[in-house]
Amino acid sequence: MTHPRKSGAPVAGDVSRQPSDRERDWEKTQLRPALEKSPERSSEFTTISGHPIRGLYTQADLAGWEPARDLGVPGAPPYTRGIHPSMYRGRLWTMRQFAGFGSAEDTNQRFRYLLAQGQTGISVAFDLPTLMGYDSDHSLAEGEVGKCGVAISSLADMEALFDQIPLGGISTSMTINSPAAILWAMYLAVAEKQGVDWNNLGGTLQNDILKEYIAQKEYIYPPKPSMRLVIDTFEFGTRHTPQFNTISISGYHIREAGSTAIQELAFTLRDAIEYVEWGIRRGLAVDDFAPRLSFFFNAHNDFFEEIAKYRAARRIWHKTMTERFGAKSPRSWTLRFHAQTAGCSLTAQQPYNNVVRTALQALAAVMGGAQSLHTNSLDEAWALPTEFAATLALRTQQILAHETGVTHTADPLGGSYFLETLTNEVERGAWDYIHKIDALGGMVSAIEQSYPQREIADAAYRYQMAVDRKEKIIVGVNEFTGEEKPIDVLQIGESVRASQTERLRKVRAERSNDEVNRRLSALRAAARGSENLMPHIYDAVKAYATLGEICAAMRDVFGAYEEVAVT
Amino acid sequence: MQEKRIRVLIAKPGLDGHDRGAKIIARALRDAGMEVIYTGLRQTPEMIASAAAQEDVDVIGLSILSGAHNTLAPQLMELLKQKGMSDVTVLLGGTIPEADIPNLKKAGIAEIFLPGTSTQDIVAFVRQRAAQKNP
Repeated sequence: MTHPRKSGAPVAGDVSRQPSDRERDWEKTQLRPALEKSPERSSEFTTISGHPIRGLYTQADLAGWEPARDLGVPGAPPYTRGIHPSMYRGRLWTMRQFAGFGSAEDTNQRFRYLLAQGQTGISVAFDLPTLMGYDSDHSLAEGEVGKCGVAISSLADMEALFDQIPLGGISTSMTINSPAAILWAMYLAVAEKQGVDWNNLGGTLQNDILKEYIAQKEYIYPPKPSMRLVIDTFEFGTRHTPQFNTISISGYHIREAGSTAIQELAFTLRDAIEYVEWGIRRGLAVDDFAPRLSFFFNAHNDFFEEIAKYRAARRIWHKTMTERFGAKSPRSWTLRFHAQTAGCSLTAQQPYNNVVRTALQALAAVMGGAQSLHTNSLDEAWALPTEFAATLALRTQQILAHETGVTHTADPLGGSYFLETLTNEVERGAWDYIHKIDALGGMVSAIEQSYPQREIADAAYRYQMAVDRKEKIIVGVNEFTGEEKPIDVLQIGESVRASQTERLRKVRAERSNDEVNRRLSALRAAARGSENLMPHIYDAVKAYATLGEICAAMRDVFGAYEEVAVT
Repeated sequence: MQEKRIRVLIAKPGLDGHDRGAKIIARALRDAGMEVIYTGLRQTPEMIASAAAQEDVDVIGLSILSGAHNTLAPQLMELLKQKGMSDVTVLLGGTIPEADIPNLKKAGIAEIFLPGTSTQDIVAFVRQRAAQKNP
């Protein structure tokens, strides 16, 4: 394995900045006198991540930067300008709204409504018991069933979730991590029942367990058996579902936990490196599975920093795949990503302002070349979105796609002194972190040492202190505040737990419990060995073993993870 | 004479793993000179009540972003009452619809802090309640 180059493109700061005579003259004769008359609003200007920004960027900031090498053209290495030659002129991004609440039937209705409104992909939000591998009738599920997503405890729920939605004609993204293999098996079983050939089945499984330890904390098993499950899905997908993205390597949650943009980028790509290393160690050929790796980034408030982040991500990934892993297929070199606007930027105060924030964040994702996008709803600092709010969020994307004209040309901001400099700086910052994690022995080892967790907690605290001191302004929260009327929010009652409990009772009564026990025993035995667990999980799911039963069977073998909390 | 430090338990009840807020509050209260104990994730109301008793805290800060507050917060209040710990101030932060606030207060939650609250406001509130408890 070759070690990556020490840095990406040469960047400002690598060489001392050498302004032109014209720029020096301007500074002396125009800028300085202007500042003497009227000083700047602040002694320093920084991005939302605290990255310093100069008052003017010129050619002097791009010394050593070579457009042919570092910028290139769309659809060609290093992919700074996007992964497709025609970008959105060919095909718009997929408008994929994350949705899920209450029962499978409630969510099925919301899916069908959103598809009728012009949404072009499905994205499933599961409730916390499902995310944590508990059935809806488990004691720890009390109060949580159907609350922050849809409750799915068995294949029967999954069948209801996709009732009358032909899976051959649409791609589905599932935000599920620790129990991803099980929910995926349920999805594959529904597809089979619908008569859809797995070869044509499109979609994405989030399945990114590393960021759970780092940020979102929805883990069940310790890191090593969890990584094994992830690689099992890579291997299974490579053989049986060539169109399905078996992972969506996610910076979104890292950013929501309070990281900077550079940390989001670096930790996500270092996670990706970890998955590729584990896949190769399993014996998979990098070009067989790398084309099915997909990514998921946050679209936060700081417009240019976000665009720089997406552009730097593509460049780092191309370098990593070619230089570190020797990938030969261009399909392995391209970083495809979904973006979601920043949930943590939404304010409970003056919630209609969130429509504006979301639109600007979505614009950054589009300017950065996203393949798929979710726009948040205005009411999500209060609750899950109402149908009205979710529709408005989708309309925001449609306005961007069809009214603003930003889709007419690839990488519309490419070549900007500022954006190219920022892209270089973000890339360099990310490489520094990637090398640091390499030195810690890789990401699993860094997680065990709480390194990324601590970096994120520190960044989150720094930002909160800056907001508390009003160094960073949030409209309607620490400035421009005022009285306001409450808005209507979605209410989810406790009845979902009762109806789910009843359905689980029925499933357990109607299935063959002998077969379920046989399947679970086989799964436990396989978990003790080293074979791929996906076929065993699939068999258990088809016998209507529940999510909770399957997770418990693996917990018997793998144990449960408890983190050392960093505060 | 040394002033008694305010003791606070920051707790994450339920299955929710979103701990950004809990950790920021823990650090802000600690920076303000208080003794802060953080429970870690996925605590049942029973575990939180026991930890509060064992640590002899003045204040419990709950953080819930999953929508389970209407179930979990009243359960904790009931347990505190049973343990004779009704003098402990309980605060709640997270994603809490306004319509749920009156019932949560009726159950004995002293204050609900919504997204956007500054850490200074929370520090000030905790100081004021602790002063009432230990005049």
